[in-house]
Amino acid sequence: MQDNYQSSSYKELEQKSKYTNIFLRWFLYFVLILFASYFIFPLYVMVVTSLKTMEEIRQGTLLTWPSSLNFDSWLVAWGGRGYGAGDTFLRPYFWNSIKMVVPAVFFSTFIGAMTGYVLTKWRFRGDQWVFLFLLFGCFIPFQAILLPMARTLGTLGISNSVVGLVLVHTVYGIPFTTLFFRNYYISVPTELVKAARIDGAGFFKIFFKILLPISAPIIVVTVIWQFTQIWNDFLFGSTFSFGEAAPIQVALNNMVLSSTSVKEYNVDMASAIIAGIPTLIVYVLAGKYFIRGLTSGAVKG
Amino acid sequence: MAFFLIKKIFIMFKWLEKNLPKIVMAPAVGLIGWFVYGFVLWTLYISFTNSKILPKYELWGFGQYEKLWASRKWLISVDNLLVFTALFLIFCIVIGIILAIFLDQKIRAEGVLRTIYLYPMALSFIVTGTAWKWILNPTLGIQKMFIDWGFENFTFDWLVNREMAIYTIVIAGVWQSAGFVMALFLAGLRSVEDEIVKAAKIDGAGLFTVYWKILLPMMRPVFFTSFVILVHISIKSYDLIVALTQGGPGISTTMPALFMTQAAFHKSQVGLSAASAMMMFMAVAAVIIPYLYSELRRENAR
Repeated sequence: MQDNYQSSSYKELEQKSKYTNIFLRWFLYFVLILFASYFIFPLYVMVVTSLKTMEEIRQGTLLTWPSSLNFDSWLVAWGGRGYGAGDTFLRPYFWNSIKMVVPAVFFSTFIGAMTGYVLTKWRFRGDQWVFLFLLFGCFIPFQAILLPMARTLGTLGISNSVVGLVLVHTVYGIPFTTLFFRNYYISVPTELVKAARIDGAGFFKIFFKILLPISAPIIVVTVIWQFTQIWNDFLFGSTFSFGEAAPIQVALNNMVLSSTSVKEYNVDMASAIIAGIPTLIVYVLAGKYFIRGLTSGAVKG
Repeated sequence: MAFFLIKKIFIMFKWLEKNLPKIVMAPAVGLIGWFVYGFVLWTLYISFTNSKILPKYELWGFGQYEKLWASRKWLISVDNLLVFTALFLIFCIVIGIILAIFLDQKIRAEGVLRTIYLYPMALSFIVTGTAWKWILNPTLGIQKMFIDWGFENFTFDWLVNREMAIYTIVIAGVWQSAGFVMALFLAGLRSVEDEIVKAAKIDGAGLFTVYWKILLPMMRPVFFTSFVILVHISIKSYDLIVALTQGGPGISTTMPALFMTQAAFHKSQVGLSAASAMMMFMAVAAVIIPYLYSELRRENAR
């Protein structure tokens, strides 16, 4: 091998490596694009199917482009056909989800900010154990708390209600929000806080005047994370609510599973897109923060 | 008298001020203490009772656990979980690493590709499960596509095939989570100092050697993190199965999480479902506790 290299002229060698390089580049792009098509394929199929009529679906294949942009299935998925009982559509459940997500995200983010602040800037003996105590909550398999939770929500009189789901999502969001804020505030120099304390600033003043103004990035990360998690939740939604109080994922599942008449795949796909579009929009607009949440927390509930 | 009162209020105020941070912490600690730890203990207690429709509170010993491990459905669930976890781990990590390394080669449009690889993470398993169910259905899905393309004997009926249905869950699960592993590894690779790679190249190491012998071994913590998170996702798999197969055909794709909710809310076997929940809890704890321990040690060492 060594001899071979020395015998060939430098120029020849350079030429050779240039060709292998070009070949490698092509191979690289080929593989990357192949995987990209695998990842994009279901989304493409969803969109295309939702725009076809059932007739077109039966005649064409998954990939065929719709003959015309037909948004009827979207309208049916969103607002129903208007024939009263048995007509299931997503609009009311979409609002249920909004009503659930907004307060749950707000409360869990606020509590997480506070605990993250205390754990890093007002340290006390054993605070690491408290952090670990909270952190373990990120990993709990929720099956281990479902039965007591169902009982508790019943006792409190908020089972099968949006309020109950807000409570559940707030509580089980706290470990994640605490983790995010704690990891962010730990890199804020403690000297800043010490100086402010010497100047006589109190607990809340330091939080609102010093930490909150520099917290924008982590607030965005946390809000996006919590929004995505809670919007996409199915386990809690399907266990603690049914009928009219159900969030959108539960309604989507019920709609797709209901086998009353002929399966309307176009309406199913339109419903799935409607249920997925809020988180998808957030991801496209603020993907950077979403990925930061994923990798910094490095935990997926 | 008034003096003492004022003094008392003053002392109380001082005490409040001094303990304010702990008071602010209290709600979070209390909520997690009750709703996580308290509830796990509560579930543990239920698992030792003979609860049927409603929880009963007379102790019954290990009966539910004996019943659980004698149940054919539970054994199938565990079996499925092992198969799913193994395949899910291997495919996610292999695809994730390949994509991360390839993306790390100063690729044009890296941002776009990365966005495409990761977007499934932003969608719920119900949404993606609905899509995959449609794609995999034998009458109008992929099978029909290939038949229309001229492969007349092409069959792809995994979704409705008892033996193969579990692999459809693997396909959808890997599709959803491989991008996440990619993101973890890409972040890991980017954090390596350029000098290390340059030095290796000067020493004559090819690109393959650089990755295989130098960079990937350095990614051990990333492997560890990916492993823990993927195992965690797979033990908790519930939504995807509900959306894709409901555990069917028959009970061929049932998994522990599905077993637990079905026993609790459809079959009035509250005690049994608590026992299955505790088994899941122990499985997760066995993976997570060493992970948290090592993470914390790493942080303290820093």
